[in-house]
Amino acid sequence: MNHDYQKDISGCGLTGLISKKRRRVSGSSIVKSLCLMNDRGNGLGAGYAAYGIYPDFKDFYAFHIMYDDAGVRFSAEEYLKNNYHIEKIEEIPTCPVKAIPISPLLMRYFVSPLKDRLVGDTRPDDFVVSTVMKVNSEIEGAYIFSSGKNMGAFKGVGNPCDIAEFFKIEEYEGWTWTAHTRFPTNTPGWWGGAHPFTLLDWSIVHNGEISSYGINKRYLEMYGYKLTLLTDTEVAAYMLDLLIRRHGLSISMACQALAAPFWKNIDSKETDEAEALTALRQIYGSALLNGPFSILFGHANGLVGINDRIKLRPLVAAAKDDVVYMASEESAIRAICPSPEKVWSPRAGEPVVVELEKK
Amino acid sequence: MFRSLAPPEYLAKIDTIKCIRCKRCIQNCGWGVYSWGGDKVLINTSKCVKCLRCFHYCPEEAIEIVDSPTRFKSNAYWGWNVIRNIKRQAETGGIPLTGMGSDLPYTILFDNLLIDACQVTNPSIDPLREPMELRTYLGKKPSKASFETGLDGKLRLKEKLPPQIKLKLPIIFSPMSYGSISLNAQKVLAMAAKECGIVMNTGEGGLHEDLFPYKSNVIVQVASGRFGVNPDYLNAGVAVEIKIGQGAKPGIGGHLPGEKIPLEVARTRMIPVGTDAISPAPQHDIYSIEDLRQLIYAIKEATNYKPVSVKIAAVHNVAAIASGIVRAGADIVYLDGFRGGTGAAPSVIRDHLGIPIEHAIAAVDDRLRQEGIRNEASIIAAGGIRSSADAAKAIALGADAVGIATAALITMGCTTCGKCYTGNCSWGITTQRPELTARLDPEVYAERLINLVHAWEHELKEILGALGINAIESLRGNRERLRGVGLDSQTLDILGVKPAGR
Ligand code: SF4
Ligand code: SF4
Repeated sequence: MNHDYQKDISGCGLTGLISKKRRRVSGSSIVKSLCLMNDRGNGLGAGYAAYGIYPDFKDFYAFHIMYDDAGVRFSAEEYLKNNYHIEKIEEIPTCPVKAIPISPLLMRYFVSPLKDRLVGDTRPDDFVVSTVMKVNSEIEGAYIFSSGKNMGAFKGVGNPCDIAEFFKIEEYEGWTWTAHTRFPTNTPGWWGGAHPFTLLDWSIVHNGEISSYGINKRYLEMYGYKLTLLTDTEVAAYMLDLLIRRHGLSISMACQALAAPFWKNIDSKETDEAEALTALRQIYGSALLNGPFSILFGHANGLVGINDRIKLRPLVAAAKDDVVYMASEESAIRAICPSPEKVWSPRAGEPVVVELEKK
Repeated sequence: MFRSLAPPEYLAKIDTIKCIRCKRCIQNCGWGVYSWGGDKVLINTSKCVKCLRCFHYCPEEAIEIVDSPTRFKSNAYWGWNVIRNIKRQAETGGIPLTGMGSDLPYTILFDNLLIDACQVTNPSIDPLREPMELRTYLGKKPSKASFETGLDGKLRLKEKLPPQIKLKLPIIFSPMSYGSISLNAQKVLAMAAKECGIVMNTGEGGLHEDLFPYKSNVIVQVASGRFGVNPDYLNAGVAVEIKIGQGAKPGIGGHLPGEKIPLEVARTRMIPVGTDAISPAPQHDIYSIEDLRQLIYAIKEATNYKPVSVKIAAVHNVAAIASGIVRAGADIVYLDGFRGGTGAAPSVIRDHLGIPIEHAIAAVDDRLRQEGIRNEASIIAAGGIRSSADAAKAIALGADAVGIATAALITMGCTTCGKCYTGNCSWGITTQRPELTARLDPEVYAERLINLVHAWEHELKEILGALGINAIESLRGNRERLRGVGLDSQTLDILGVKPAGR
């Protein structure tokens, strides 16, 4: 367990939307919403995540991988070929942008784990997670930045509008979108460091600084996670993966572990509920994300917004028709939905959980 | 008569002009330094231990106790105590005893660690305006929780947790037995524990009936002497502790001389009056980790599965030992560093065996995490916790809670004179002499100890606030918020802490 790391610190702006009826909306709205908050970033990182964008390959894991050079691409692909059926390989379509003179090599793979690689009761999801951990920590210069099904993340070093143009975000159509602009306060420059951060179909955008990072990291390491990015976002993503996918907690319980209710509120609940929430804090004390944050996390079935337990970072939500919007600033919502039916400011620690309607 | 060649350590002086001959110093001194000479107070300075009881009780401020200016020629290698001990041993052929924790100038790691604070990028939190949570639960936790929603739509816990000890703040009073300290001193601890929402530990001397009202704030201890152990005793408190070792005297048993076993102590310990109470070095039914496991489960069976704590001295391979203890079924591992106090220990043992608690916490916390069993047991760290800052640092290194004992005794008047083993403590703490114990009024001193705990509670909240966190669990094991100053890279590596500036 290495302790001699330099944590990445940044401020930021975030926005997201979800159509509960799975209407696929073009990326142009989210780009407009994010670009309104240009002053929350400093042009050193922006990104987008979208769900429902690969209907033709919806049963395959979509790996988005960035490579420093063609050489690593070769070794990473060797590894993939040995472990996965690869349905399709292609370059992620990009468009030259003046403000983005250099970029890594960006590839997209639609894959499924080879049957004989799933030894014992390893589930495909677990296998993919171990691939992501392995490639990102062991193959220098290769970085899997998206690995879910029918979803994808697009991110890089640049301001929100340039990154959108570069990745042709407006050409994608998805029912859930999240986006992020960044204000890193230390040395920037690595594309993988931008948000959204993803693992399987979790995608996280995050604004804040988690003051409990040290223990959150050590807690995750006990469960085999390798934290290579040293960002709060990575911690939040793995924590949700651990709590929801591996420990089977509901989204709302997982949120209450991350932003735990205060003891005085727990104590005042009825016996059963008080006992349950007490146990949640006793067991998941090291999972509590303490310090200012607002997080949006998208997943295959919905979108969740959550604030820290005393709301030290902004988060506004709004709804119109079947669409729910969440963003750092109300103006970012009004830029794309001028007259919402409802606008509210979620309370500290109380998650806004939006689920897609069943198909 | 042969006059000892070991010169007195202190010089007690009375200003005869200020002195009004009230004789209070004679009454107050437990060591018999003063006597009445017909017209003035006579002083036998060689008996003085500098506990300062007389100084505090002299109405005229006539008393001065100074380190004896008559010393051997100063020598950086053959220090004062070194020469003095040799002379004492030459005269007696015995093992010099001592009390309290080691006072030798080993590096104090706590004093080389600094705590972080928030600026700009993450806001600090004002503990006077926002809730700050110090509540701590000690005990085994499952690695994951499972819940169900009842038919009524209400959330419910599916599998209950093993019993936990609830603490209002992450501090407990470390074990000090009745016998080594007075019943009044134990009452002070019990009353303060109750008031502060924490626990005290009986030590290995049994549980006196006067402490029964405080049962829910008591951990009972089972040590190698098995004093006072019976089913009622095991079931009396909130948990049972098996004592394997003590930081001040790892690998060494205990010996409470018969003179310190009056009727009450004898009854509580369930031994005859005036017999020596011997605690063997090892527990005679524990010669391996399997034996420990059997005792842990025997106690659990006898107590309907109360939490069992295992106390060990911090020794070189403490991490492997602690891991074994956790795997043997302990709910709490109590680590006692080499600075930890004692009622009586051979100086050579106290001053030269064991390792600092800071290293032990870091090593044990790391090992339990590497093995994926950190949730299986809580860690209590003790042995030289002097302040809320030490407590915060110990917790950041990985402890769930800290144990304090010397600090608690200091609130009762103790000046860490280190002569507890004589049984003459003038403050009525480490003595059974009725005229001395009577002066320790539990109500009065409990108030002082409560003040101390409350003060530390406020300080811990201030520290959390500066760190921008509002729950103690976010400090626990959060070594990222500590930095070392003046520590070499290997030490930093063991502590898992970065150097300041990085
Ligand atoms: S207590 Fe002070 S005033 Fe009283 S006899 Fe002793 S030295 Fe003198
Ligand atoms: S308890 Fe009494 S004898 Fe022991 S160090 Fe403190 S003052 Fe001295």
